[in-house]
This record gives sequence, structure tokens and C-alpha cells, in this order.
Amino acid sequence: MATVAAVIASTHHPFYYRASTATGSERPPFADEWQAKIEAFRATLDRARPDVLVMVGSDHFHQLWLDNMPQFLIGKAPFYNANFYNEEREFGLPRMLLRGDEELSAYLLRQGIDAGFDLAFSNELRVDHSITCPIITLRPQADLPIVPVYTNIFAPPMPQPARFVQLGQAIRAMVEAWPSDKRVAIIGTGHLSLELGGPRQFGPHGPDPEFDRKAVEWIATGDLKSALAGVSLDSLWLPGNATHGFMDFMLMMGVAGEDVPADYVDSLDLFHTMEAYFTWYPSGTGAS
Amino acid sequence: MSKYLINKFIFTVDRDPDLVERYRDDPSGTVAWWEAEQAGLILNCPGPERSTWLAFDEAERKALTTHDYVALLELGAHNFLVLTLFIALFERDYSEPLGFQREFAARLSHWRLPYPDIAT
Repeated sequence: MATVAAVIASTHHPFYYRASTATGSERPPFADEWQAKIEAFRATLDRARPDVLVMVGSDHFHQLWLDNMPQFLIGKAPFYNANFYNEEREFGLPRMLLRGDEELSAYLLRQGIDAGFDLAFSNELRVDHSITCPIITLRPQADLPIVPVYTNIFAPPMPQPARFVQLGQAIRAMVEAWPSDKRVAIIGTGHLSLELGGPRQFGPHGPDPEFDRKAVEWIATGDLKSALAGVSLDSLWLPGNATHGFMDFMLMMGVAGEDVPADYVDSLDLFHTMEAYFTWYPSGTGAS
Repeated sequence: MSKYLINKFIFTVDRDPDLVERYRDDPSGTVAWWEAEQAGLILNCPGPERSTWLAFDEAERKALTTHDYVALLELGAHNFLVLTLFIALFERDYSEPLGFQREFAARLSHWRLPYPDIAT
């Protein structure tokens, strides 16, 4: 059976690429600290020696649109082009081409549908910065095949937070039962408190530092019970109008397991939003 | 009222560099052309299979033709779409980094929770 070699949950900050590659007077004052934290985080994936990456993220109205909006979608394609014109324009992100693992995609779709998740699929998916930011931060050589898993954290009506957790738990169980000798890292990115297109956007911190403190504690300790009791689809509007991205962290808490503390925790209080980085090494992976 | 159609306008302009410039330079002409020629196009269907029932109301048309992002948000347009397109339109006019984004926030400072409903 396959090995879940690492479970990684992270924020995805589209400005990291530009900040970390800037030099001289263009380089922002926070870039050195940020880059050092990212490089330490990257080492946690390297230690897991993965063969394939399951990547959980969310399309930001790029390919998926309101005329046909899936709640959960898995890509099944041999390749994924990546990043869009408006991400190049606003964030300076590069165009990329990532390899896919169609066998694992097909397996997760079949098993996931049979387990009660009516998963949408795509045979031609252009992935956006929710997938490419963690490639840039965690695996910049972009040499491993991926399976993209997209969630709707963006367009109401969205699934309940508990459904994200259940899908995460199912993904973990399915990967562990995959008849393969590969080492799989499951990586997902979301947000802590975040405001976009509202009065609290682009402040000196994230819009709700108290939410962020609680959220980091929930994730770091695997406290699914408190996380599920502490948020709802309605309450997630309050810490910031883009905070539903926290549900992708909850999905990753489902992958990592209830009450399983993270083996690696780091955060960085940036302007606009708090960055947070978590890695778990499931027992027996030989990576910890 | 069609929050969906406002979002569709923003979405289709934001993904096309020529349309971004056209909307910046000539908002009234771009909105009129788009509503007449483009609004009904279903993005994954051939042109003749277009929708025949989509139109802006007067408040929506006015908000779009005056680049009034506060009004668009208060009509329930999607916050991410509005922010992304308006950064593309106007960030270039500000010398300070994030100058436009911070002015955008200040112009919404009268907002209290809950914000306008973006559900479509």
C-alpha cells in the first residue's frame, strides 16, 4: 500500500514569489525573514521523500465559473498548465507546466464517489495560485506529479465545514489503501482570517488576529472538535470576508487526524494576512 | 437585479487584457457593447446557443459605467472579482505601493457586519 509520507497545510500567499525573487531596492524589508521561514518549511517536505503530491486548493474564478460550479473536483489529466494572465499581472507569477498522476486521480475519483462524495472531475484543468504557490514554496523544482483537488471556498452556497473535514479524512484513508508502493505527500493550502474587497483589507495584520491565534492552535494540536464548534458557514464571514478559505485548513486537519499534533509549526505575521505552516509525519513513514 | 450578470461582466473583462484597457478608457461604451453583444454568451457553448434573458438594471449599469466599485459591492458583486479587476484598472495611478488598495478599503470604512450578501 502507498505511504502517506507527509501531510502539509499552509497559507498560500501569492506575493511570496515576487517578494522572494526581488533584489536591491525592490526587495521588501520582510522578504529575508519570510524566505528563511519558507526554506525551513520546504525542508519538511524534502525529508518526507515524496514521489507524488496530492494538492488541495481552490480555483479563484479562473476556469470554474458560476454557470457550472462544482463543490469538490479532482483533476485527472497527464499535465496541468498553471497560472493565469491576471495572476501574472497582479502577482508576477510565472506560467508553469506540472505533470499529473492519472492513476492516483482515477483511483481517488472512483473510491471517493463510492464513499459518498459526488466528486466532479476535469480532464483539462489549468490550475491557479492555490496550487502553484505551494509548489513554489515547497517544491520549486516542480518535478513531481500532482493530483489537484479543488474545493469551493469562494462561491456561496458552499459545503459545510464538517464536509471539508470528512473529505480530508476520506482522502487520507483512500491514499493509505492505494495499492502502490509510492510515497504520497498530501498538501493543502487555505487562509486564516482574510479580507479582500472590504474595509479591513491590506491592513498591518490579518483582519482578525484573535481568530488567527485560535485557528493556529486548533491546527497545531489537531483540535477538530474545537474548530468544528468554533466556525460555521455564517461565522466565517466575521473574521474577514475571504475567511472561508479556512475550510481548506479544516480539510487538512481531517487528513492529519483528530488530536494529532503537527510535527512542525511556524507562522509569520505579515501585512494583510498571517502566514502559517504545518507539517505532520504519520507514524511509520521514516521521515520524522 | 442580477448579481450574477455583474459578476459575469467583471469576470469576462478581468481575464482579457484588451478588455481591461477598453473598460478603463471607455466604460460607458464597453458596458453598452458588452450588454448588447456578450452578456448572453454561455462560456462553454457556441454563440447561437446564447441566453436571451440577461440584462442589467439601471443601478447596475450606472455602477459599471461610472467605475463605482463601492456601489458594485453594495449591489452584492463578488468581493474578490471587484477587487481584482479594479486593481488592474487603477493601481497604476498610485505611486505608493498598495495605495489604491488602501484607498479602496477607506472608501468602505462605513461598512459594518454583515457585509452585502454575495450569494448568487
